[in-house]
Amino acid sequence: MQKVPPSGLGPLGKREERFAWSMLLPTIFLVSLIIILPLCAIFWISFKPISLADLRPPTVLIKEQLKGPINSAGDAAKIRYRIRNSSQTKPLNDVTISDTIPNSFDIQSIDDRCSFDETNLIYCIIGVLEGGQREVIEAEVLVKDSFFGSEKEYKLSEPSTSSVGDNILTNSELTFENFRKIFDSEEFITVILTTLFYTVFGTVGAVVVGLFAALLLNINFRGKGLVRGLYLFPYVAPVIAVAFSWINLFDPFSGSVNNLLLQMNVLTSPINFFGQRPNALIMVTVFEIWRYFPLSFLFILARMQSIDTEMYEAADMDGASPLQKFWYISLPMLIGIMSILFLLRFIWTFNKFDDIFLLTGGASGTRTLTVNVYEQAFAVSNIGAGAAVAVVIFIFLLIFSLFFFKFFSKEEGL
Amino acid sequence: MIYKKNIYLTALTIGALWALTMSIVVSVVLSFVSGFPLKPNILIVISLGGIAGIVVLSSVKSTTILLLMITSSILLNSLTYGPITTGQDISYLLKYFSQALFAISTVFPLTKILSGLSIHDPGRHEIEAAFIRFSSGFGLIFFTMIVLIPFYVMVMTSLKTQQELLLNPLDFSIDLSKGLMLFRSYSELFQDFGFARYLWTSFYVSIVTVLVTLAFSIPGAYAVARLRFRGSSVFSRSILLIYMVPMIVLALPIYILFSLTGLRNTILGLVLIYPVTTIPVALYMLQGYFRGLPYEIEEAGLMDGLSRLAVIWKITLPLALPALASVSLYVFMIAWNEFLLAFMLLDDPLTFTLTRGVASLNSSEVPRQHLMAGAVISTVPILLIFLFLERFMTKGLTAGSVKG
Repeated sequence: MQKVPPSGLGPLGKREERFAWSMLLPTIFLVSLIIILPLCAIFWISFKPISLADLRPPTVLIKEQLKGPINSAGDAAKIRYRIRNSSQTKPLNDVTISDTIPNSFDIQSIDDRCSFDETNLIYCIIGVLEGGQREVIEAEVLVKDSFFGSEKEYKLSEPSTSSVGDNILTNSELTFENFRKIFDSEEFITVILTTLFYTVFGTVGAVVVGLFAALLLNINFRGKGLVRGLYLFPYVAPVIAVAFSWINLFDPFSGSVNNLLLQMNVLTSPINFFGQRPNALIMVTVFEIWRYFPLSFLFILARMQSIDTEMYEAADMDGASPLQKFWYISLPMLIGIMSILFLLRFIWTFNKFDDIFLLTGGASGTRTLTVNVYEQAFAVSNIGAGAAVAVVIFIFLLIFSLFFFKFFSKEEGL
Repeated sequence: MIYKKNIYLTALTIGALWALTMSIVVSVVLSFVSGFPLKPNILIVISLGGIAGIVVLSSVKSTTILLLMITSSILLNSLTYGPITTGQDISYLLKYFSQALFAISTVFPLTKILSGLSIHDPGRHEIEAAFIRFSSGFGLIFFTMIVLIPFYVMVMTSLKTQQELLLNPLDFSIDLSKGLMLFRSYSELFQDFGFARYLWTSFYVSIVTVLVTLAFSIPGAYAVARLRFRGSSVFSRSILLIYMVPMIVLALPIYILFSLTGLRNTILGLVLIYPVTTIPVALYMLQGYFRGLPYEIEEAGLMDGLSRLAVIWKITLPLALPALASVSLYVFMIAWNEFLLAFMLLDDPLTFTLTRGVASLNSSEVPRQHLMAGAVISTVPILLIFLFLERFMTKGLTAGSVKG
């Protein structure tokens, strides 16, 4: 009999596979709960006519009152329920009320919509309660002796209600209104262009400035470690701290930069750096470069220091000048890491929200797509439109990732 | 012969440019320190620098050049043509000090920059090298200034009072006679604005985030790096993909979900969501490191009868300690600096993290020095950690900072 190697996974291989999945399971569970699920939700919401106010669903508000002069046992009184729909616009369906009236009362008659039993439990079926609609339900009662006894006997219990609201998040009403609205507005083109400007110049700037910083720190000098640590400050410090100090520094009235330039007679009137087109967009891009050049410089420096020194020695022998060595040796070696950096930073700058939000809040022509999500959802309180913008971002991102993975599989080493 | 001419031209240009750079640096720095506006007199500066460049070439001792430079600067200054123009109401000390500082910072580096240049042995390489040395010096100063100035302004503004800031926004000098009153903004933040609580919240939220992230990512990373299973490549690729989903896209449904479930304004909600933003990066970093560890040691452990979990606990993790430190520090930094989610999910000052607390200071009712003091409070801990553990932190940054 011919012997063949076993095909497929053996028992050990299967055990290893099961073990691997059991180790991955918690992560997969958590990540899908908090990333995949919201992503699906955002697609769903983008087709929904939903605003911020809809997050507080309408409920039945109810007030109970005991009416009538009660002096002695046998007096007639009224128990009145006032009910109201908390929402002014959304109807509530299948509204019901139930309440137990204390035993110290004898129920005589009650509203047509209600019934009661011998334990004094009343149950009312109201049906539909339109937005803002009010209803009053009254029960006529006789007061018994025990009413004047202990406190417990006459205290009215809290009535309970039930209702079925039409939850906008779960119903099947779908609309293209959100997408129509964002694509129709003239602003949308501006937003896209702003995003492109910010992303392209922010990314290129950060990589190029990072290259210069890396070139500087590739030279040996005293205190190099200190300088390297210092240059990472902008990236390590919390964005909120550095963003506010930039605003403070460039304030048109009390900012130091404007004052310095004015007093040096470079300027005749202060520049509104963050509050004017097109300064604001340029400034947020400069901020982006300032904050992220440390990253590129860290990467590029690491790559530079791994370049074989023999190549430079050979070039020296051949009489290459310093600039030639940079142009013909260093740069070609760095192109790989720089293009990976460019792609990654491109995606991340495209996704960036905090920086612009803190610096300008999206005003003065700095509204990028991500800031637009926030603006639509919270400033205009139209969550549906915000979600629609988020979907647009996501589609852009998928395209970028396709590019990225195509490139990434070729360029190992990150 | 043509090179000889070029040498002089190089020395002239570099001298002029360097002097210009230093005059601007000296003016800006002294203005920021003293509060008096100083400015360079560009024509004078350029001519002085050019001359200095030529003189440096001609093998005169650098101390002699320096003396010449200082005397000429001060002489020109008394003729109101000093390289650094100062106002009339300025003290003599500052007046002469600024001229001298300009002279020193011009001459000494210039001798260094031009040191390889010689009229007896002129060549293209030497000229290029001199220009490169000039650009390096210029770059070093430029980068240091742009990095430091925002932080300097942040710290100094926090030590001022409202009146001082309005009176002269340029004046960052510290009045030491005020003693502890200098730190009034800080004590007010801690006493009246609840910053002690924010600091504590930020701290333990970050720590919990680190622990949860490690608990999830260590097994995951080990499985991806060491175990063979179908779909491992798809899995590691989707980690990277998830890594690229922008937070603002997720923040919106999370906001809705948390509003409906009552998790908004709770620390629980925050520590539920922070690790998810950091697990992908931690997984990515750790699996790279695990792959680099020699598998033979683990195999030896397995042969000796340890279970897989025991191998991870007793062999892999101790070997991976440096990587764990880097990952922890990086995750701590992300959690500490996180702003967007804290801003959207927290409205109640009782649950504020530090970044959310600083954001709440950004209103017209709160004076600016308080805002800056808040910024300092949020920056100092993370920068201290960074300075002391720079080696680990930098490794973490390079390994994981594809994310920003």
